[in-house]
Amino acid sequence: MNPLLEVIDLRVYYKSIWGDYKSVDGVSFKTYENEILGIAGESGCGKSTLVEGILGLIKPPGYIPSGKVMFEGIDLLKLSEEELRKIRFKKLAYIPQGAMNSLNPVIRIEEQMIDAMLDHSDIDKEEAKNLALSMLKEVGLPVEVARMYPHELSGGMKQRVIIATTIAFKPKLVIADEPTTALDVVVQKGILQLLRKLKEDYKMTVIVVSHDMAAHAQIADRIVIMYAGKIVEIGNIYDVFEDPLHPYTKGLISAIPSMGKRYIKGISGLSPSPLNWPSGCRFHPRCNYAMDICSKIEPDMKEIKPGRWVACHLYG
Amino acid sequence: MLELRNVTKIFKIGGGLGLFGRRTIKAVDSVSFTIPSDKPLIVALVGESGSGKTTIAKIILGLLKPTSGEVLYKGRSVSDWIKRDKLKYFKEVQPIFQDPYSIYNPFYRIDRILELVIKKFNLASSKREAKDLIIKAMKDLGLRPEDLLGRYPHQLSGGERQRFMLTRILLIKPKLIVADEPVSMIDVSLKAIFLNQLVSLKDKLKASCLYITHDLNIASYIADRIIVLCHGKVIEEGPAEEIIKDPLHPYTKLLIDSIPIPNPRCRWRETVDLTRLESFKKLKAEEGCIFSARCPYVREICKTKAPPFEEVKPDRKVACFLYM
Repeated sequence: MNPLLEVIDLRVYYKSIWGDYKSVDGVSFKTYENEILGIAGESGCGKSTLVEGILGLIKPPGYIPSGKVMFEGIDLLKLSEEELRKIRFKKLAYIPQGAMNSLNPVIRIEEQMIDAMLDHSDIDKEEAKNLALSMLKEVGLPVEVARMYPHELSGGMKQRVIIATTIAFKPKLVIADEPTTALDVVVQKGILQLLRKLKEDYKMTVIVVSHDMAAHAQIADRIVIMYAGKIVEIGNIYDVFEDPLHPYTKGLISAIPSMGKRYIKGISGLSPSPLNWPSGCRFHPRCNYAMDICSKIEPDMKEIKPGRWVACHLYG
Repeated sequence: MLELRNVTKIFKIGGGLGLFGRRTIKAVDSVSFTIPSDKPLIVALVGESGSGKTTIAKIILGLLKPTSGEVLYKGRSVSDWIKRDKLKYFKEVQPIFQDPYSIYNPFYRIDRILELVIKKFNLASSKREAKDLIIKAMKDLGLRPEDLLGRYPHQLSGGERQRFMLTRILLIKPKLIVADEPVSMIDVSLKAIFLNQLVSLKDKLKASCLYITHDLNIASYIADRIIVLCHGKVIEEGPAEEIIKDPLHPYTKLLIDSIPIPNPRCRWRETVDLTRLESFKKLKAEEGCIFSARCPYVREICKTKAPPFEEVKPDRKVACFLYM
C-alpha cells in the first residue's frame, strides 16, 4: 500500500540562548489512505510541533535541520509558501488546537466560512455560500447557524463550524490537534464520532493528535506513541492497547483511570527537557526494564512484525 | 461532618450601573448533601462545565458567600468558623486547587509554602524540627527532597507541583480535603500517581475528601460515593460503584454512555445524533425539571414541575419522575 503522507527523519528545533530545544528529534512514520491515525503522548513530547513541522508552519526561532515530508510524491518542506497555499485547505487541511476560539466575534459564521473558501479557491461567492450551508448540514448544524455570531454558539458548535469549513473542499488529509480538549464529554463523543463519519463518507485520512488515550481507543485505526521528541511505538490500535511493547506505552496504558479498572499505576520520574534529552534511550531514567545498553545507545525503530514498530533494546 | 443545606448562589452579571440588561445566573440551586464523619470517604462531585462544581467548592472554603442556605462544618456554619476560628477551620479543611501553575508565588522558592504552613499552624517548635517534618512528609509521598527543595516554581512540572501540594496536606493533616479538578492539568503517567496518593491519604490521615471532577473515569476509580450535578442542582447521589453500574437519572446515563473507555474493543455502541447534540436554544429548562430540555424520556409533568430529590432504592437518591 502506498502511503499518503510519509514523514522521514523529521527534526524541528527551536533556537534559544541555552542551546537548541530539540522538540521533534528524528521522527519517521507513514499514514495511508482512508485511515484515522492517532498521535499520542504527554505534554511536551513534541506532538503539536511535529504537526506544525509537517504543515510548514514553523516560524523562527524554530527551524527544521533535517527531514522530508512526502505528500503525494512531493516533499512539502521544499515547497514555497505560495505553492504550499495551493495545497493547504484543498488537499491538506489543519484544525489547530483551540481553533474554535479563533472565530472572529464580530463577523457572522457564514461570512467567515465563505471568506476562508474564497481565499483558497476560485469559486464565486454564490457557490461558496451554498457550499457553506451544505457543509453546516453535513456536521449536523441547523442552517440558522450561518447567520449567527460566534458568541451565540456553544464550544462544540463552534468546533463543528471549524470542521465544516476545514473539510469543505474534501481534502485528502485532515490533521486535527486536540480537537476535543476543553469540551464536555457528551460533546466530545459527538465530535469524535463526526470525525469518524467524515472519514468514511469522504474517504479522507485523519490524523488526530491527542493526549487522551481513551479518545484514541475510541476512534483511531492505528496509533503512534511519542516520548521526548521521538516515536517509541507504532501499531494497530488493538495491538497497542492489548499488547503494548515499549515500556513507556505499557506504563501509559496502565496509568489510564477507567470505569471498572481496579488499579492504575503511574510512571515515576519526570519527563525530560528538550534542551537536554537523556543519553541513549530517552526513557531509560524512568524505565523499569532498563539495561546497561539503554543509557549508552539510542535504540532504532524496528519493525517487529508487519506494521508493528518499536524503538526499544528489549526487542532485538 | 460537612453538611450543605439548600445552598443557593446567584451571580448577577452585566448591566452598566446596575440599570441595563442586568441578568442573574443561578450557579448553584438549593444544593444539599452531607459528608458523614463516622468513616473517611472520598465523595466525587461530578458535573459538566457550568454545573456549579467549583462554586460549591468555593462556598465550602468560605471564598464565596451563598446567596441563601448554609454550609455547616461539625454543626457550625462556615461563615461563623471563618469569622471566629479561621485558622482552626483551615487546619481541618484544606483545598487542593485545579491550576498548579497559578497558586505558587514565582518569586519565592517552593520551600516557603511549607515553611509558612508550619509557622502559621505552629507545627514545629524549631527550624530543625520544621525541616525534618518537611523531609519526612515529602519522602512519604515518594518525592525526593534533595531534588525539589530550594527550587523555584517554574523549575517544577505540573505533576510535581500538585504532588508538592499534597505534602502541604500531609503536614497540616486536615480532616477534610476539598480537591477541585486537581489532575485536569497534569499528564496521565503522573495523574495515576497523584490519585493513588490521594487515596492513600484517606487511610493515613483518616481524612475525607470532596473530589470535584468532570471525569467519570476518575470518579469511578477513586470515589466511594458520587454526587451528580446538573445545572447547579443535585440530581443523583449514591455509592460510586452502583451509580456507574446502574445509573438512574437520564442525565447520569447520558454522561456514563459518553465516557470514552480506553479500550478499542469497547467503542461507543450508539451514535450521537448531531442535530440534537447541542442547541442554541436554552439547554437548561426554566421550568420543571432542569434536564427536561435535553431528556429523551421527557413527559408532560417534567416540563411544569420540578421532581423532588428522593430516595428510590436503599441509599440511592434521584430527582426524576421516572422513579416516583
